[in-house]
Amino acid sequence: MASLKDMRVRIASTKATQKITKAMQMVAASKLRRAQTAAEAARPYAEKMDAVIASIAGATTAGSGPALLAGTGKDQVHLLLVCTGERGLSGAFNSSIVRLARERALALMNQGKTVKFFCVGRKGYEQLRRNFDKQIVGHLELRSVRQLGFINAEDIAKKVLELFNGGEFDVCTLFYSRFKSVIAQIPTAQQIIPLVVEAPAADAGPTPSYDYEPAEDEILDGLLPRNLAVQIFRALLENNASFYGAQMSSMDNATRNAGDMIRKQTLIYNRTRQAMITKELIEIISGAEAI
Amino acid sequence: MATFHFDLVSPEKLAFTGEVDQVDIPGTEGDLGVMAGHAPMVAALRPGIMTITSGGSTQKIIVLGGLAEVSDKGLTVLADVATSLQDLDREAFASDIAAMEEKLAEKEGSALDRAIERLDHFKTIQQHVVSTAMH
Repeated sequence: MASLKDMRVRIASTKATQKITKAMQMVAASKLRRAQTAAEAARPYAEKMDAVIASIAGATTAGSGPALLAGTGKDQVHLLLVCTGERGLSGAFNSSIVRLARERALALMNQGKTVKFFCVGRKGYEQLRRNFDKQIVGHLELRSVRQLGFINAEDIAKKVLELFNGGEFDVCTLFYSRFKSVIAQIPTAQQIIPLVVEAPAADAGPTPSYDYEPAEDEILDGLLPRNLAVQIFRALLENNASFYGAQMSSMDNATRNAGDMIRKQTLIYNRTRQAMITKELIEIISGAEAI
Repeated sequence: MATFHFDLVSPEKLAFTGEVDQVDIPGTEGDLGVMAGHAPMVAALRPGIMTITSGGSTQKIIVLGGLAEVSDKGLTVLADVATSLQDLDREAFASDIAAMEEKLAEKEGSALDRAIERLDHFKTIQQHVVSTAMH
């Protein structure tokens, strides 16, 4: 049995761990608030962008138009753009995104398609590298980025567009974690090339006929690459908020578990201490009786 | 005077929302003023200065490209970057222009034309900023 001193050391170390997880939870909570505000601030732009593209795309004839909208006409090569966090200690946050991407990749490969990966974020890269090392065509870390800006998303979009224009893939799907609430983050797959345009709601009435300046095609040409960056930006922000949400709840769990452990250890410690005192008393008394 | 609803959104935030009398937009094919009851239209923006008039006061906002949509619900401007004239970091803006001038040497063909056009727009904004700063 462990000595009393060993037990005291163990309790002290658990307490130290609890303090760390508690601090991490607080930090995550305050960062979450900022990330959440940023994600919410970006929503109107992305939504308006969707709406405008949908209305312009509705006006052009289906199947034609730029390749970003109409696709290359094939769906042989898939690019999976996997966005994960840079750090761990956030429960299943990174793994659940990676799992979704991996399942999709295996399903596609079973259908005889070629799958390529582009990883954003260190954690996803590390996990995917184990299984799909040769299929990773690029990866990018946002470690040094303090505040996510639109420029980061533009960087990624530029790289993806280069690959697309080079004929490296036909379909691009974006994987990220959608922030629903602090305790619910939903790993999501979203196809971004060719763009999926939602059909306008039936009760929306007739779409107004717009005047275009310059012509539709020119606007679309400028808009589609931009929309790619916007979608990636939104994914990054949602991811960021999800990450801190996941980290907060996992650190909260860790703090609680540490508390339970401390209680149990203290109980055992006290029992052992009392048992020893009792034993010593018995020894003294029986010693005294013998005389 | 009839007003209409105007939203100015940039990727990072909702920069302006409210009822306004008139908005002057720098379009790629020329400036255009939007007032209440404007016909539905979609216009691409060039980098320039947007003027918002509401209730007799005007507000100038610098937009660096984007898209404007007029529908029966009002005007929506999706700006790549939207900064109000007061908030503009003049030094950063000047260094942006300098960086663009340096990059010109690397470009050729239609990319060069586009870069020169964009640079011209930026210089026009700068000129405007400097001239308003004096009075």
